Amino acid sequence: MPASISDLFWAFTRIALQGFGGVVAIVQRELVDKRGWLTHQEFTEEWAVAQIMPGPNVVNLAMILGGRYFGWRGAIAGVLGMVVMPTFIILVLAVTLANLIDYQLTRDIMRGVSAVSAGLIGGAALRMLGHLNTHVLGLRICLVLFTITLLAIAWLRLPLIWVLLPLAAVGWLLSYRAYQRAVRT
Amino acid sequence: MTWSVIWWQMWDIFWHLFMLSLIAIGGAITVAPDIQRYLVVDNGWLTPMQFNNAIALAQMAPGPNLMFIPLLGWQVALNSPTLDQLSASAPWLVWIIAVLSAFSALLAIVLPSSLLTYHLASWAHARRTQIGIKAFKAGLTPVVIALLVAAALLVAQGIPVVNGRWPQIALTVLAAVLVWRTQLHLLWLIAGGALAGAFGWV
Repeated sequence: MPASISDLFWAFTRIALQGFGGVVAIVQRELVDKRGWLTHQEFTEEWAVAQIMPGPNVVNLAMILGGRYFGWRGAIAGVLGMVVMPTFIILVLAVTLANLIDYQLTRDIMRGVSAVSAGLIGGAALRMLGHLNTHVLGLRICLVLFTITLLAIAWLRLPLIWVLLPLAAVGWLLSYRAYQRAVRT
Repeated sequence: MTWSVIWWQMWDIFWHLFMLSLIAIGGAITVAPDIQRYLVVDNGWLTPMQFNNAIALAQMAPGPNLMFIPLLGWQVALNSPTLDQLSASAPWLVWIIAVLSAFSALLAIVLPSSLLTYHLASWAHARRTQIGIKAFKAGLTPVVIALLVAAALLVAQGIPVVNGRWPQIALTVLAAVLVWRTQLHLLWLIAGGALAGAFGWV
């Protein structure tokens, strides 16, 4: 748990300034591993909520967590931490670099950074997958839901909303029954 | 006076982004095509090149991927003929207005979705012990992990192929395994990727 609102602001500023495309991996590292503000399961759940809401996922996450700890002022501090410094940095970059940059070298570097960014996102997902064996649905059903979603989005390229709505409903029903069974026994 | 043109333009962009914010599920990048249509095609406030450069620069810079939004606001202000006339007599005023325009665009894309999310999340958190809410979050977990993997694949597929596909795949897999299995600082991974790119390995 963060010590103060400014602690929260600087934590998210640090996260934002380390994020080059794969911010989710950095949030996981900073908040779960280093600071211990959340457990792995909590992180995955909050990330799920942040992802189904409209708006940028990491900003949503910063706001949800900020709000959890310090109410609406924490929420504002979380969002500002995520966006204020990066905005100034990108404007400075736009002014100083844009005209000086050797575009061929930039493109070469960008390809390497993008390949790593993809790996950061994938690595964060792998770590979340590793924690599914304590899930209420059990590992097998989780992997079925996971595979269907992945095929529908990455292979069939179905619109997000048509994948999310039915699968969220199925996942909700199955988990609901699993929790009920757990309560009864 | 042409001042009203600037304020009106800022206001118009604000409202357009404000509306888009509420439907931007999956992040600001999902509404980028619509913003391109609005700024470049319909209004001609930016050139297609300026739009693409803003997206590319935002990817290179630290921060969430929505950082192209303030950059667009900034560029639109600098493009306006009124500010162009001012740039000789009062350059500082031009910078101030451009920064204002950048933050106005940022606020518009962040505020509506944040308010909505804040209220829904607080509502859900207050009921977090109820089975219905717990089951909703739990049921989403495997689905959301799959969305992350899909996002990783999408980023990987979007990289232009110059030195073959396999070195890129190898670099991506290596980065993923290092994130998964080690506590190596992520900036080292980014720096490694930049170097691999600069040396022409990927």
